[in-house]
Amino acid sequence: MLQIENVTKRFGDRVALDDVSFRVGAGRLTGFVGGNGAGKTTAMRIILGVLASDSGRVTLHGEPLTTDDRRRFGYMPEERGLYPKMRVHEQLVYLARLRGVRARDAAVRADELIDRLELTERRDEPIEKLSLGNQQRAQIAAALVHDPDVLVLDEPFSGLDPMAVETVLGVLGEFAARGAPVLFSSHQLDLVERLCDDLVIIAGGGIRAAGSREELRAANTGSQWELLSGEDAGWVRDMPDVAVLEFDGGYVLFEADADAAQVVLQRAAALGAVHSFTPRRPTLTEIFREVVK
Amino acid sequence: MSTTTTSTAAPRFRESITLVAGREVMQKLRSKAFVISTIILMLVVLASIVIGGLVSRNQGDTPVAAVGVVAEQLEGLPGIEVTEVPTRAEAEDLVREGEVDGAAVPLENPADGGPAMEVIGLEEAPGILIQALSIAPEVTLLDEPSVDGFLAYFVALGFGIVFFISAVTFGGTIAQSVVEEKQTRVVEILLSSISSRALLAGKVVGNSILAFGQIIAIAVLAGIGLMVIGQDILISDLGPSVVWFLGFFAIGFVLLAAMYAASASLVSRMEDVGAVLTPVTYLVMIPYFLVIFFNNNELVLGITSYVPFSAPVGMPMRIFLETAQWWEPLVSLAILVVTTVVVVALGARIYQNSLLRTGSRVKLGEALRG
Repeated sequence: MLQIENVTKRFGDRVALDDVSFRVGAGRLTGFVGGNGAGKTTAMRIILGVLASDSGRVTLHGEPLTTDDRRRFGYMPEERGLYPKMRVHEQLVYLARLRGVRARDAAVRADELIDRLELTERRDEPIEKLSLGNQQRAQIAAALVHDPDVLVLDEPFSGLDPMAVETVLGVLGEFAARGAPVLFSSHQLDLVERLCDDLVIIAGGGIRAAGSREELRAANTGSQWELLSGEDAGWVRDMPDVAVLEFDGGYVLFEADADAAQVVLQRAAALGAVHSFTPRRPTLTEIFREVVK
Repeated sequence: MSTTTTSTAAPRFRESITLVAGREVMQKLRSKAFVISTIILMLVVLASIVIGGLVSRNQGDTPVAAVGVVAEQLEGLPGIEVTEVPTRAEAEDLVREGEVDGAAVPLENPADGGPAMEVIGLEEAPGILIQALSIAPEVTLLDEPSVDGFLAYFVALGFGIVFFISAVTFGGTIAQSVVEEKQTRVVEILLSSISSRALLAGKVVGNSILAFGQIIAIAVLAGIGLMVIGQDILISDLGPSVVWFLGFFAIGFVLLAAMYAASASLVSRMEDVGAVLTPVTYLVMIPYFLVIFFNNNELVLGITSYVPFSAPVGMPMRIFLETAQWWEPLVSLAILVVTTVVVVALGARIYQNSLLRTGSRVKLGEALRG
């Protein structure tokens, strides 16, 4: 488990991260969500040791991170780039060797990833000759080529076509399934919602919410209820302490406290068949909007 | 769960440096521009030595035509190659045709006690022939002959140009390599793998190997060229100063490389490299011009041989002129080493603090403070 503990980082007068703590569980895909300038990239750079924090620490399995631990991290920075004139395979081997992989292993591993990410025909072309999408694939390969123990990816899906997104999702899932903590940031909230086990929401340099997707949704489930009944549900509007938000034939979405909701349910059951009655779980987009307010 | 087959003995500092240096060397050797310009440089060095040798060989024996008894008199004179012809007319023909530089014939009616031969030239008197026939007075030298000023100038020029070209070429390469990594952002991946010190050291080592290799190649080529044209004497004269030059260069280049790398790390775009490198380029150029223009001024040469930036050219020059005491190069080298250590430490600090700051140029003061 990767744990970020009370990390603070200032740039001059600006506080980029203010006492930030969260964790990335082993084998959990953790989505890191926040607006532009919220502190995602700074946090990721501190995790990777590219930036030093002013205070706080980062631990892996309870121990403070060492340089050797960080070599076993896979990192994809927000601002992409590889050596333009180096060939794809050669470049992957170089980056793997910088992280301590033996030359022969690095060559084999680079070829595996090149095939996996469908770059086989571009293997010996310089990066600058590749299309942007293929450069992005090469960038992902660069983050994975040393078979990392922990993955930290800043916006891994931006610039990818839908096919490539699926390929990358598959690869990330594999890493998590092996027990690696995986942290990635994304602006594509629907993707994060579909994919992630855990979520960390950051805004203005502070963590606003963190936890498993279901916990977060439960915690943010307010006083909204959905009722689907066989009869026309127009009568709900006349119930005391109830505010109807949406209404369509037998469907009604309303706001009420738990007691008032129970009264509505009993009334509906008395009037006819009740197909479903649930507290409404908010979508990630709604949670996000709510917590960063 | 797939097993991890990839072995990861974390590379230590030295291995990281080796990897980075290896990449720098490979990339440079793969550059056609670099290979071609190196070949041209080598050819120019070889050509200038061979042509110089051929020109000086032409000043060998002067062909001269001579008639009858005069031919016997001329035989054995230094620097003269005699062609014996039967008549004065034939001797004149050879002079006109340019076969010989001059001719000597017996005077038909020599005056008593006067010269007994006549020298024939085409447009001017054949100087070497006349010199050979003249009686030279006895000469005594009170001092050992000093190195001829012209030769000193060329040796200064040689050291100066080699140092200057290598410093600018490979310093520029380091600067470009630093900015390329910043501009393409690959530096962030690199810094998550190895320390900025290892990265900087690798660049400096890689380019120093290239620069040093090129200089040794030039020195060897020049040595072979001099031997082929039979100027072995010059080699033994130059030998010690060339060896010192190599020693000074090896350290002096590290000093410059650190300055080039640190300066380049302040900017984020290739377009800005030129401006930020100007101060360093001046530092390389000024001592180079001083040494070339003041190679016969002992005071200036004395000072330049101790200033770290010019010592790699100034001190070997003084060793060649034999004006340096045995301990002087050692002191100068010590000063150079200390300066290099200090500058490399400062350079590494600037480099480390500037690498992730993209956008506008980082101010030197900020880079030093961090």
